[in-house]
Amino acid sequence: MNALPFAVYVSFVGAVAALAVGARSASAARVVALVTALAGWALTLVAACDFQPSAALQTLVNAAWIPSLGIRYHLAADGISLTLAVLTGLAATVGVLFSWNIEKRTGEFFALFLALIGGVYGVFLSADAFLFFVFYEIAIVPKYFLIANWGSTNREYGAMKLVLYSFASSALVLAGLLWTYAVGHAASFGLGDLTQAAANLPAAQQAVVFALLFFGFATLAGIFPLHTWAPTGHVAAPTAASMLLAGVVMKLGAYGCLRVAMPLFPEAFLLWQPVIAWLAIAGILYAGCVALVQEDFKFVIAYSSVSHMGFVLLGLAAGNVRAASGAVLQMFSHGVIAGLLFAVVGRMVYERTHTRRFADLRAMPLFRWMPFAGVTFVIAGLASMGMPGFSGFPAELSILIGTWNVSPVWTLAAAAGVVVAAAFTLRAVHISFFGQVEQAANAPQLAEHSGVHEPITWPEKAGALLLLVATVYVGLQPDALLRWIEPALRSPAFEAVLKGFSS
Amino acid sequence: MMPNYSQLGLALLPELSLVFGALLVIGYDLAFGRKAALEDRCRASAALGSIAAVLASWHVMRFGFAGAVFGGVLTFDALALMTRLGVLLLALLTLATLPALRVQRNPAEYVAVLLFATTGFLVMAAAQQLLLVFVAIELASLSLYVLAGFDKTRPESAEAGLKYFLFGGMAAAFLLFGFSLLYGLTGSIELPKISAALQAGGNAPLLYVALAMIVVAFGFKAAAAPFHLWAPDVYQGAPPSSAALIASASKLAGVAVFARLFWHGLAGVGGTFAAPLDSPGWLTLLAILAGGSLLLGNLAALAQTSVRRLLAYSAIGHAGVMLIGVMVAGRSGVAPLFYYVLTYGLATVGAFGVIGVVERHTGRCDTLADLAGLHRRSPVLALCLLVYLLSLAGVPPLAGFFGKFSVFAGALQVGGMASSVGALTLLAIALSAVALYYYLLVLKAAWVSAPPPDSSRIVVRLDALPLVVAAGLLLVLGAFPHVVLRMFLIG
Repeated sequence: MNALPFAVYVSFVGAVAALAVGARSASAARVVALVTALAGWALTLVAACDFQPSAALQTLVNAAWIPSLGIRYHLAADGISLTLAVLTGLAATVGVLFSWNIEKRTGEFFALFLALIGGVYGVFLSADAFLFFVFYEIAIVPKYFLIANWGSTNREYGAMKLVLYSFASSALVLAGLLWTYAVGHAASFGLGDLTQAAANLPAAQQAVVFALLFFGFATLAGIFPLHTWAPTGHVAAPTAASMLLAGVVMKLGAYGCLRVAMPLFPEAFLLWQPVIAWLAIAGILYAGCVALVQEDFKFVIAYSSVSHMGFVLLGLAAGNVRAASGAVLQMFSHGVIAGLLFAVVGRMVYERTHTRRFADLRAMPLFRWMPFAGVTFVIAGLASMGMPGFSGFPAELSILIGTWNVSPVWTLAAAAGVVVAAAFTLRAVHISFFGQVEQAANAPQLAEHSGVHEPITWPEKAGALLLLVATVYVGLQPDALLRWIEPALRSPAFEAVLKGFSS
Repeated sequence: MMPNYSQLGLALLPELSLVFGALLVIGYDLAFGRKAALEDRCRASAALGSIAAVLASWHVMRFGFAGAVFGGVLTFDALALMTRLGVLLLALLTLATLPALRVQRNPAEYVAVLLFATTGFLVMAAAQQLLLVFVAIELASLSLYVLAGFDKTRPESAEAGLKYFLFGGMAAAFLLFGFSLLYGLTGSIELPKISAALQAGGNAPLLYVALAMIVVAFGFKAAAAPFHLWAPDVYQGAPPSSAALIASASKLAGVAVFARLFWHGLAGVGGTFAAPLDSPGWLTLLAILAGGSLLLGNLAALAQTSVRRLLAYSAIGHAGVMLIGVMVAGRSGVAPLFYYVLTYGLATVGAFGVIGVVERHTGRCDTLADLAGLHRRSPVLALCLLVYLLSLAGVPPLAGFFGKFSVFAGALQVGGMASSVGALTLLAIALSAVALYYYLLVLKAAWVSAPPPDSSRIVVRLDALPLVVAAGLLLVLGAFPHVVLRMFLIG
C-alpha cells in the first residue's frame, strides 16, 4: 500500500522530465512518458497486491502541512481509491500509447498529460479536504492547454468551455468546503473533522451546502443539465485527452460526490435524493437520445459517456451499498470502455480518414480497411451496451438492482436507457464500419486519398488489447474489484448515507 | 519617558541604508558614468541599489520584533517586520529586472527615486502616528509620481505620471483632512490614544466625515472602485518597472498601514459585519468598496485587449479581496492578508517584468497579440508568465491560491455566512471563474497562438534570473505557505 503515494510523485517528476527532454527529442519525451505512466501503474498494482480490504481508509502519509488552518498532508486509500488509482494507471499508460504519433510540441504535450495524471492520482488518495481540492484543481488547467493546442474541431471554444465549467464548479466546491469549515467550526480540514463540523450547521444551511458540494462535483461527472461541457470538450480534445477526460477526469466528479459531499451531509442527501436521481435518469435518457441522432462519430461516443455517467450518479443517488458498489464498478468499467471507444474513433479512424462525419464514413468500407479497429470497436460497443461478459454488465446490473430497492420507477426509467444505449451503439457500429457496400466501388481512390492504408501501429494494438483484457477480466471476475469496494462502502464514514443490502 | 534615540537609530537603519544607497548610486553615476554606455550605467546603478536593499533587509531582520519604539511613533510587530521584508523583496526584484528592460535615459536617477519610494514604504509599514503615516505615504507617493512619468520619450508615460499625480494629490488632501478631523475629535495623533479616546467618547457626526475621507484615500492607494480610475492609464503608460512597483510594493505597504490604522486606531468605530447598514462605520464603507472592486475589476477585465490594462483591472479585482482581508484583519489575524498581498505582488512584478522584456525586444508589448507565440520565442518567459498568471488566477499549487483560500477562510470564520464579509467572500469565489477566463486569454496568446511571421527569438540570459526567482517563490510559497505564516505566530 505504501507504494501508492509514489504514483503521484512519479507522475509530476515525469512531467518535468518530459518537458526537459522534449525540447531536444520527441521520441525521448515519448519514452519518458511511457516509462512514467507504466511506473505509476505498476505502483498501483504493487499496492493492490498487498492490499488487505478494510472498511476504514488506510493512511499512507500523514504530516503537518499548514498548522495554522489545521491542514495536513494526509494521503490515504481504501478499496474505492485503489480501484480508481488502478484505473488511472491503466488509462495513463494507454493514453501515452495512443498519443505515440504526436509530433508537434511532444514534450509539452506529455508534460501536461502527466501533470493531469498526477493531479488525478492525488485526488483519489487525498484524505484531507484541502489537499483533495488542491489536486482537484491541479487537474483542471492542463486540460485547457491539451485541448487548445493539440485538439481538433473547434478546439479553442471547446477547451475554454470545458475549463470554465470545471473551474466554476470547483468554485462551488470551494465555497461549500469553506462554509462547512468556518461556520461549523471545524478543527481541521480532515474529512472526519469536517463531517463533525457539518453536523453543527443548521438543517437549512446543510441543504444548501450539500447542494453546492454535490452539484459542484457532479458537474464534472456530467450531470444533466450541467453536462454540456462534456460533448464539446471531448470532441475537441486530442485522442489521449478525450480518453483521459471521459475515462478518468469525469470520475473525479463522481468520486468527490461519494467521498466528500455525501458523507458530510447525510440528512441533506436524503432531501436531495429524488432530485439527483431524476437528473441522473434525465441524463441517461437525454444523452442517449441525442447520441442516437448525431452525425459526428465522436459526438456519439461523447454523449454515450454522459449517458453512462448518469448510471454512476443514479447508483450514488440510490443510497445503498449495492447500488453504490455498482456505481464505483461502473466508474472503472466506463473508464476502460470510453477509453477504448475514443481510441478507435479518434486515433484509429479519424487520424487515417480525416473525417468523423457519418455521411463520409458510410461510403467507406472501413471494416475491410482496418479490421483490427473494426473488431475492437464491435467488442467495445458490446461492452458499452452492457452485454454479459463485459465489465459494464455487473456494474449496471448492481446499480439497477440497488435502485429497485428504493424506487422501481427509477429502475424502469434507467433500464430504458440501456435500450437506448444499445440502439445508438448499434447504429454507430453499423454506419461506420459496415457502411453501404455498393458505394465501395470508388473506395480505393478514397483510400489512397486519405491514407487509410497505414496499418494500425503496435502502440495502438497494445493499448487496445490492454483495455480489452481489462473490460473482459472485470466482466468475468467482478469480484476482483467488488472485494475491495464493498468493505469500503460499509465503513462508518458511509454508514449514514448508504444502507445495507437487505434494507 | 525619555525618547530613546539610539534605539530609534537602530530601528531606522534600513531606511538609512536605502537613502545612503540612493545617494551613492547618484554619486557613482556622476563620477564614473559620463563615459560609460547607458546599459552599463543601468547595470551598475541597479547593482548598487540591490546591494542597498539587501543591506536594508539585513538590518530589518537584525532589529527584529521590538514592539513600540520612540514613544510609540513606530511599532515593530510581526506585521511591520514582515511588510518591511516583503517590500524590500519586491523592490529588490524590481531593481534586479531593470537591466533586462528598456534602459531609461537617466538610470541612476531612476534607481535613486525607486529607493526613496522604498524608504517611504518601509516607514509606512511601521508608522503608528498620523503625522508619520502621512509623511511616509507622501514620500512614497511623490517618488512614484516621478517613476510613472519617468520615460520622457513617450507621451503615454507623461500622461500616466500626470494622472497619477492629480489623483494622488487629491487623495492626499482627503487623507490629511481626515487626519486633522480625527485629531480635532480625539486630541491625539497617536493610534493607541486615538483608539482609547474613541472608545471613551460618543461618536460625533464629524467622525464619520473623517472616516469617509480616510477610506477615500485608502481606496485610491489600493486602486479600489470607485477610486480606481487612475490605475488602467498608469499601468498602461508608465514604464513596466514603475507599474510593477506601484502594483506590488506600494500596495503591500499601503495595505499594511491602513490595516494598522483601521484596527489599531479606529477599531471602535468600525461597525459590525452582521448588520452593515444599521451600524455605520468604516467596515460598511470598505464593504461597499470591496463589492464594487470585485465586480468592476473582474468584469471590466473581460473587455480588455491590452495586457497592461487587463492587469490593471485584475488588480482592481484583487483589491476587492484585499479589502475583505483588511476588514477581518483585526479578528482573524493579518497573516492571510499579508500572504495574499505579498504573493499578488510577486506575481505582478513578474508579469510586468515579462511585459518589459518583450517590449525591449520587439519595441512594444501592449496588446494580447504582442504576446502571441511567446512559447516559441522564449520558452522561459512563457513558462514564467504561466506561473504568474495562474497564481493571480488562484490555481493551486501556486501561492495565489492559498492566499485567496486563507483570506476567505478567515473572513468566513470571523463573519459567518450571514454578514457583509460572508456575502463578499461568496461573490469573490464566484468571480474567480470569470478571472480565470481573462487570464487564460493572455495565456492562450502566449501558449496556443502561433508567433507572428516577422517575430524573432527573444534571447534572455542571466537577465531573466529575477523573473525565474519570482516564479520559483510563487511555487515554493504555494507549497509551503507555513514558511510565511509562521512568522506571525512568533511575533
